[in-house]
Amino acid sequence: MGAKMVNFGGWDMPVEYSGIISEHLATRTAVGLFDVSHMGEIEIRGPRALDLVQKVTCNNAAKLATGQAQYSGLMTPEGTFVDDLLVHKISDTHYFLCVNAANQDKDFEHIRSHNTFGVEVENAGVRYTQLALQGPKALSILQSFTKILLMQMKYYRFTFGRVNAVDCLIARTGYTGEDGFEIYFSPEHSEKMWFDLLEAGKPEGLLPCGLGARNTLRLEACMCLYGHEIDDTTTVWEANLSWICKIDKGDFLGRAVLVRQKERGVERTLVGFEMQDRLIARDGFPVLAAGQHVGRVTSGSPAPFLKKNIGMAYVPVKLSAPGTEIQVNIRGNQATARIVPTPFYKRAR
Amino acid sequence: MYPSDYRYTREHEWIQVTGETGTVGITDYAQHELGDVVFVELPKVGARFAASQAFGTVESVKAVSEIYCPVSGEVLEVNTALANAPETINQDPHGAAWMIKIRLANAKELDALMDAAGYQAYIAEKQKEASA
Repeated sequence: MGAKMVNFGGWDMPVEYSGIISEHLATRTAVGLFDVSHMGEIEIRGPRALDLVQKVTCNNAAKLATGQAQYSGLMTPEGTFVDDLLVHKISDTHYFLCVNAANQDKDFEHIRSHNTFGVEVENAGVRYTQLALQGPKALSILQSFTKILLMQMKYYRFTFGRVNAVDCLIARTGYTGEDGFEIYFSPEHSEKMWFDLLEAGKPEGLLPCGLGARNTLRLEACMCLYGHEIDDTTTVWEANLSWICKIDKGDFLGRAVLVRQKERGVERTLVGFEMQDRLIARDGFPVLAAGQHVGRVTSGSPAPFLKKNIGMAYVPVKLSAPGTEIQVNIRGNQATARIVPTPFYKRAR
Repeated sequence: MYPSDYRYTREHEWIQVTGETGTVGITDYAQHELGDVVFVELPKVGARFAASQAFGTVESVKAVSEIYCPVSGEVLEVNTALANAPETINQDPHGAAWMIKIRLANAKELDALMDAAGYQAYIAEKQKEASA
């Protein structure tokens, strides 16, 4: 494939194939195919499966219908993030979690250590390949491989069905800000599935995409990346993720801390910014205001579709209003950035 | 691919010398490793650099990389066209995407650099390491 590889969470992963910019633009305007087999899967089964999911995550999994998925946080007892994840409800007694590659084993141990409900917790990563087909043409390409009527599947819904004669979990989810699908299936079919989708998508402008474009796409869409925007020192309130935290759902790990922090209010908050000149803010660069160090960049990059240099950072709440100017220390230069409303990019529906 | 009259550094810069003037850029290997170049920061005419000293920065979508001066000298000319067309570095790294011209302070420093065959052997070794 001529891919450039990198070690990511113990996996050899392609960073880019034809180039991050072309891959990014293909996903925004046509379709991109991502091999995200490194993502972890954890399955929870048993009569009290929901009780365990509810205990370790902050969103309300009781609201899920069968065949529905939700974005959520795996909580520490301090209300910070062990990981972020997608919770899929397969049935009343079976939940399927998609977690970050590098966190899979940690997540599994964490969930198991809180399993006081006698349910089965399976670290199932090795049983699944995951491919993501993302972009405005994802639906039509995937439809040519399955009898499932994809048009009828709503966003954040999933079903089981055959794709290219292979049994799959087909979910209308993604990490790019585009419409698209993520399919999970047995790894022995990986290669054939990958090349058949590539081939079918070629006339539509499909490009294989690596981790590089995955990162710039999710940043434009303002989606968090574990280890950057969120980790075990940050909370949902700080990360603008209050929509995934349901403190009235009943008790869960970290709830007491989160309730207190909500009452008291947060001191810092996650914002999006645009650089005002050509300099590029990068992950970890210091953020300043009036000469004082006030925070750091969590993710920073050129945005290939928006053609701006953007980033996210934690700043004191009083500096978080859109329009506020901050400085980013870029190799000793104080480069001006402006806080902007987020997400940076939102697809037209 | 790698011109035989250029000299190369271990940090993937090239220098072509005509008389006392050296033209400096980054190699095709370097641009390929960086990916899509979106920004380049170059010094001003008159700046002086020692051999192996950073004289500029090149940024791709995913990475930042310093560019090191292959030999000591004073900057005579800067390729200002790159500021508005940094993608030239991907398209023509050994030609149109030259970065600076310097007046060599000590031509003997060139002896420490690799020739084209030596550099190609060097990057072949790097690629082998990467795929191992």
